[in-house]
Amino acid sequence: MTFAAALVVLALLLGVAISLFLGAWPAFREFGLGFFISDAWSPPREKFGAAAAIYGTLLTAVIAMLIGVPVGLGIAVFLTELCPPALRRPIGVAIELLAGIPSIIYGIWGVYYFRPFMQDYLQPALIHSLGNIPLIGVLFEGPPLGYGLLTAGLVLAVMILPFVTAISRDVFETVPPVLKEAAYGVGATTFEVVGNIVLPYTRVGVIGGIMLALGRALGETMAVTFVIGNAPHINASILAQGTTISAMIANSFADADPGLFTASLLALGFILFIITFIVLAAARLMLARLETKGAR
Amino acid sequence: MFLKTLLGATLVAASVTSAAAADISGAGATFPYPIYAKWADTYKKETGAGLNYQSIGSGAGIKQIKAKTVTFGATDAPLKAKDLDEAGLAQFPMVMGGIVPVVHLNGVKADELTLDGKTLADIFMGKIKTWNDPAIAKLNPDAKLPATAIAVIHRADGSGTTFNFTDYLAKASPDWKDKVGVATSVDWPVGIGAKGNDGVANNVAGTEGALGYVEYAYAKQNKLAWVDMINKAGKKVMPTVEAFQTAAANADWANAPGYYLILSDQAGDKSWPMTAATFILMYKKPADMAASNEALKFFGWAYDKGTEEAKALDYIPMPANVVDLVKKTWAKDIAQK
Repeated sequence: MTFAAALVVLALLLGVAISLFLGAWPAFREFGLGFFISDAWSPPREKFGAAAAIYGTLLTAVIAMLIGVPVGLGIAVFLTELCPPALRRPIGVAIELLAGIPSIIYGIWGVYYFRPFMQDYLQPALIHSLGNIPLIGVLFEGPPLGYGLLTAGLVLAVMILPFVTAISRDVFETVPPVLKEAAYGVGATTFEVVGNIVLPYTRVGVIGGIMLALGRALGETMAVTFVIGNAPHINASILAQGTTISAMIANSFADADPGLFTASLLALGFILFIITFIVLAAARLMLARLETKGAR
Repeated sequence: MFLKTLLGATLVAASVTSAAAADISGAGATFPYPIYAKWADTYKKETGAGLNYQSIGSGAGIKQIKAKTVTFGATDAPLKAKDLDEAGLAQFPMVMGGIVPVVHLNGVKADELTLDGKTLADIFMGKIKTWNDPAIAKLNPDAKLPATAIAVIHRADGSGTTFNFTDYLAKASPDWKDKVGVATSVDWPVGIGAKGNDGVANNVAGTEGALGYVEYAYAKQNKLAWVDMINKAGKKVMPTVEAFQTAAANADWANAPGYYLILSDQAGDKSWPMTAATFILMYKKPADMAASNEALKFFGWAYDKGTEEAKALDYIPMPANVVDLVKKTWAKDIAQK
């Protein structure tokens, strides 16, 4: 019985992959490999390419991880190692509540409060400082409109923060106090205890939390759609407008003509499926390597 | 006992479906949504029959009627006679209105800026990037234009408003016609995509330096600053019901097969260049005859009694002769019991 239930999950997974692929097939057949490298997206001319959406999806996820993971881990360390016990519970509950907020709320906050802040302060500051540096300046060019890849990445960073924090805090608490006390006993600083005892002991759990966060960042739809600008183009600047796979599907699916347009959207869905699969597989692989290293 | 329960359940189910059948279902264009919602409200009070209209965009409306999930579809981008025949659909215009460019620029109020078609196209192509560009300054010698970047806001979903807007830009700028084209969703060279007329209105309202396009009622309800236009005759016009009406008066509905008619860039000193009609799509041989009849009853009521409400929201009702024409089409083309 339980075996049958497990098989159903497998069958479902395969079913989703196969039906997506079949639906996407006309697009793959028509555009071939060009579908992956072209950033054309023109419904009236029936020219479709996934490059801009793939680029936007990956870039916003990378920005979110670059900011969300260190900050999230930092909060978890603070909560378990440094925080006065009286504050521990309220902050912990607040973090869990943040994780429970529906993503559309982040979207509304993003578009009404965060985006104007980006347009009025952060983006002009970036353009006038980092934008003048040779080589990396090109990343921070363009008019400050507020909407864009960076804004979307930062909103995503806030969204994944509670995942990283909540899970890391829970696993940090499983570290046997005797290990930490021993380290403190031989004169290790808090930083050294976290780096040499807590993180190695809990890395499987921490990486699990990070992967969960990455999954959310890759697939998040509405909050991103609100602030990313929905422009299917690739720009050098991370302040420029872009799009993600899920934003593209959310915007166009309701009115896509049957035929190449719909097939291309399904192809995007299939690609997102594959990206998520690769990310998860990479995480597994990484964990497996860590395990063997740890055993040695 | 079992039979009794079954019978009871069937009866309940039957009464539920018949109650639901009184509600007319439709989906599509966001452009006429304010007036359809108003009409539905009044109609419900007068007759008790409700209308469930989902403003999901013209492209989606066409898709829904083809999938037969709704009794009628609504679109601002009319289908060509050939497409109508292929799908077995009848098409008729319901109401007309105007599309206006709207801006959000520090202190600029409605009617304080003027643009022409070519400049508008250049802005939407990304050739003009800032508000103090010479091309804009030339049209607005008295305005103090800042160096703020123009945040172009357009539709991200398939939209009849986009269709009519791009149709105008294509008429005003050959470059637009070649490089971007006319469609319910195009490959926008620049700008920020938003969903629905309300989405564009919201984004324009919140973004400094924004320029977007919405149906007039949305501009008015959201208190957005609209822009005056130089029309085909080279005259400056403000977006008013009279200006929409002048453009609409040029329309020759009698000689348009399937009522396929686009009202952008019309001649006349007082014509607003972005005037548009919005259309209803229904099956000639509907699967649910009762629902189809109910819908036609509603549209007939809207033509006859809804004109004042339409004007109050700055839509232009169809002229009486066109209404007669449409009613003849119904009698001829759409099967009724």
